[in-house]
Amino acid sequence: MTGSPLLSLRDVEVTFTTEAGSLPAARGVSFDVHPGETVAIVGESGSGKSTTAAAVIGLLAENGAVTRGQILFDGQDLAALPHSATSRLRGSDIGMVPQDPMSNLNPVMRVGDQIVEALEDNGVARGAAARRRAVELLEEAGLPDAERRARQYPHEFSGGMRQRALIAMGLSCRPRLLIADEPTSALDVTVQRVILDRLDELTAELGTAVLLITHDLGLAAERASRIVVMYGGEVVETGPALELLRDPQHEYTQRLLAAAPSLASRRIQLAKVTGLAAVAARDLLSVSHGDGVDAATEGAGGTRTDSIIEVSGVSKVFQLRGKGLFSRTEAFTAVDDVSFVIPRGRTVAIVGESGSGKSTVARMMLDLIPPTSGSITFNGERVGGANRAAEVRFRRQVQPIFQDPYASLDPLYSIYRTIEEPLRAHDFGTAAQRRERVHELMDDVALSPTLLRRYPAELSGGQRQRVAIARALALNPDLVVCDEAVSALDVIVQSQILRLLADLQSRLGLSYLFISHDLAVVRQIADHVCVMQDGRIVEQGTADDVFDQPQTPYTQMLLDAIPGAGLELGVAS
Amino acid sequence: MTGDPSAQSALTDTVVPSGRTNKADDVGASQWRVAMRRLRRNPGAIIGAVIVLVFVLVALLAPVLAPFPAEALPGRAEIRPTFIPGPSDAYPLGLDRYGGDLLSKLIWGARASLLIGVLSTVIGLLGGMLLGLLAGAFGGWIDTAVMRLVDLMLSVPSLLLAVSIAAVIGQSPRAIVIAIGVVQIPIFARLLRGSMLAQRGLDYVLAASSLGLSRRTVTMSHVLPNSLGPVIVQATLMLATAVIEAAGLSFLGLGGGAPTTAEWGRMLAQAQNELEVAPRLAFLPGACIAITALGFTLFGEALREALDPKTRKR
Repeated sequence: MTGSPLLSLRDVEVTFTTEAGSLPAARGVSFDVHPGETVAIVGESGSGKSTTAAAVIGLLAENGAVTRGQILFDGQDLAALPHSATSRLRGSDIGMVPQDPMSNLNPVMRVGDQIVEALEDNGVARGAAARRRAVELLEEAGLPDAERRARQYPHEFSGGMRQRALIAMGLSCRPRLLIADEPTSALDVTVQRVILDRLDELTAELGTAVLLITHDLGLAAERASRIVVMYGGEVVETGPALELLRDPQHEYTQRLLAAAPSLASRRIQLAKVTGLAAVAARDLLSVSHGDGVDAATEGAGGTRTDSIIEVSGVSKVFQLRGKGLFSRTEAFTAVDDVSFVIPRGRTVAIVGESGSGKSTVARMMLDLIPPTSGSITFNGERVGGANRAAEVRFRRQVQPIFQDPYASLDPLYSIYRTIEEPLRAHDFGTAAQRRERVHELMDDVALSPTLLRRYPAELSGGQRQRVAIARALALNPDLVVCDEAVSALDVIVQSQILRLLADLQSRLGLSYLFISHDLAVVRQIADHVCVMQDGRIVEQGTADDVFDQPQTPYTQMLLDAIPGAGLELGVAS
Repeated sequence: MTGDPSAQSALTDTVVPSGRTNKADDVGASQWRVAMRRLRRNPGAIIGAVIVLVFVLVALLAPVLAPFPAEALPGRAEIRPTFIPGPSDAYPLGLDRYGGDLLSKLIWGARASLLIGVLSTVIGLLGGMLLGLLAGAFGGWIDTAVMRLVDLMLSVPSLLLAVSIAAVIGQSPRAIVIAIGVVQIPIFARLLRGSMLAQRGLDYVLAASSLGLSRRTVTMSHVLPNSLGPVIVQATLMLATAVIEAAGLSFLGLGGGAPTTAEWGRMLAQAQNELEVAPRLAFLPGACIAITALGFTLFGEALREALDPKTRKR
């Protein structure tokens, strides 16, 4: 930490010129990155964290510019340099690992050639030497069989492999500073951990300083020595990672700390070890933890019959088109012999990585696709295959909430029309009664009725998700299927929505099927957990059992992948 | 500091005046309202809209604006085999080969172009939307059947189709309208189908199905309205193409009529022989075609930009 910093931002302001006039995206941003140090910028979307990173590497969008302050890299002001000079620094002195590995590799160029291009362009190596070096770099990034892989195209790579290739590319010219913008947020949790570990090892070996951009405070605390918290374009707090976690000064940091699911699940874990049940209860939102009595009666009463939905031996086989022109279709088993039960008024979570079949289960539960075999029984009645009247009855009682609040509302419908639609479709009361119900629903999800005349495009992500919840609740359903319902939201909004869901559950006696890839979120909301892998449920039990005594190595691996697992947080406070 | 301003929920029913259940729509900014607002700020859109407006007004008011009737040849006596009189007080843009007033003919020509352009685009739009809706709403074998039919239509060259139609029903403006309209059908069909398929995969459509709405309601009140944007943009751009194609086909004589017919393409064709004597006879109708097409294109492109969700950041 001594000596002069490698990168130093001094009162930096970045302004974008838009239709609506000039818009400052970052103001008065100042922080230092010393050689070999990892610094994390934490903030929600729109906080200016990515803009700041883009300003450092000189890749601001065309309508953006550094309008004030200095960006000193090794004593040289990048903001004052001409474009050609910053582009020379890029790649050779400052490397970058972008967020989305799917769109950041050229799909028509071999992966090896793309690294060779980076090497040759920066004058590190040429020809055969560059090709040898590219293979070495891929190996170094942890890609097995690198020789063969270098000759493949990006579509032959998985997400994790692509991200390794991008890390190899980012580090190809041995930059002194590496900017990693949400490097793993598009990847599965277990892959995330492995990739970040490899990135850590590599940069430590090479002495590369890292500027890590992330929305996850837990992840930042685990990986960085210092954290910069940004909010609304400004730096609200800077400090050593652990100090900032234990003693956050700014109100926003405190809220972020309370909201981050990764930290919450760690707090629950620590509280259990130390026996502070009351502390854990602050972060646990599930009903069975809400009041201790309930949990006790469940064990004794043996109310096995009171389950709202029973899934037994359900499988789903998709027919995929064969490889050859005339070859037959191939069967792909997305869901394999899955059985579970949702007790009335409880939350059952299904966790799994992408491709585990959890969303297919959700679609079958909603009767959007039929199961190939097995049966789903809702309130004693078999789902699907029945007459239209039974289907309409079922639809009234089971409602979905989807992941992306930007896609789940019809952009042409005003909020009022969106929430009223289910009421109208099921002939609920008169126009005046419907209006009253819509207002009641807005009240339930804590939205101001002034929003009713707005359109989805005019609402924030959190507001839209509340509208989606209001719409789902309109017909007083018994079961709500939440398919990654909070995954697309910023942490603070995420925790607000989770608390809203928990609150609605205890007030209205709702049952939830909660589909998620995020174990930390599941830890907070679920009573029962089913872990899915490759279409099968590999483990299921109460949330406490699954999280405290995982029975399978796969579950253990998922648990280990929650960022911040080893952090020593001040729980007792 | 709140990231989510919904926390403040002053819940009073007085905010929405009673008896206005569905009029609530007039306050928020829907997609189309936002698009209008953006159009008004785009100079390209304004220029395009002005050109289109002038063109439409001239076409509609031709009987008032034009000094002479469409087929009249007021200056017949002044034409010599080697001489065509230029602009004068009586004929502001001069006469043509047959003694017709050029200004009057250009004005009447606007009417012919507008009629052909709009009618043919309506044929293309209706036919294409019907096919696209069939394919996009039902999918499966209906989709396959419809799209093969569309492929078949695309495989016939438009000129060949026009000549065949003219051969069957005779050379007339009707042949041109049908030929241009039919050629547009597959374009609209594909566009609407693609747009509907993209919308059908979105969560709000799944949510609508989960509400227990019938398939017809989901398609007609959610999928279709959200799929219309690109179709409307394409229709605006198609008007430009139709005006040019109409001129092209009547240049080739497929539109029939006498040599004196007031139609821009026809006038261009007639002007060929006089290119050295009176170039304005070719230049002016050509300019009219170009400017009209430019107007529709400018407006269509601006509309596309205004509706593009990628640029719809306020």
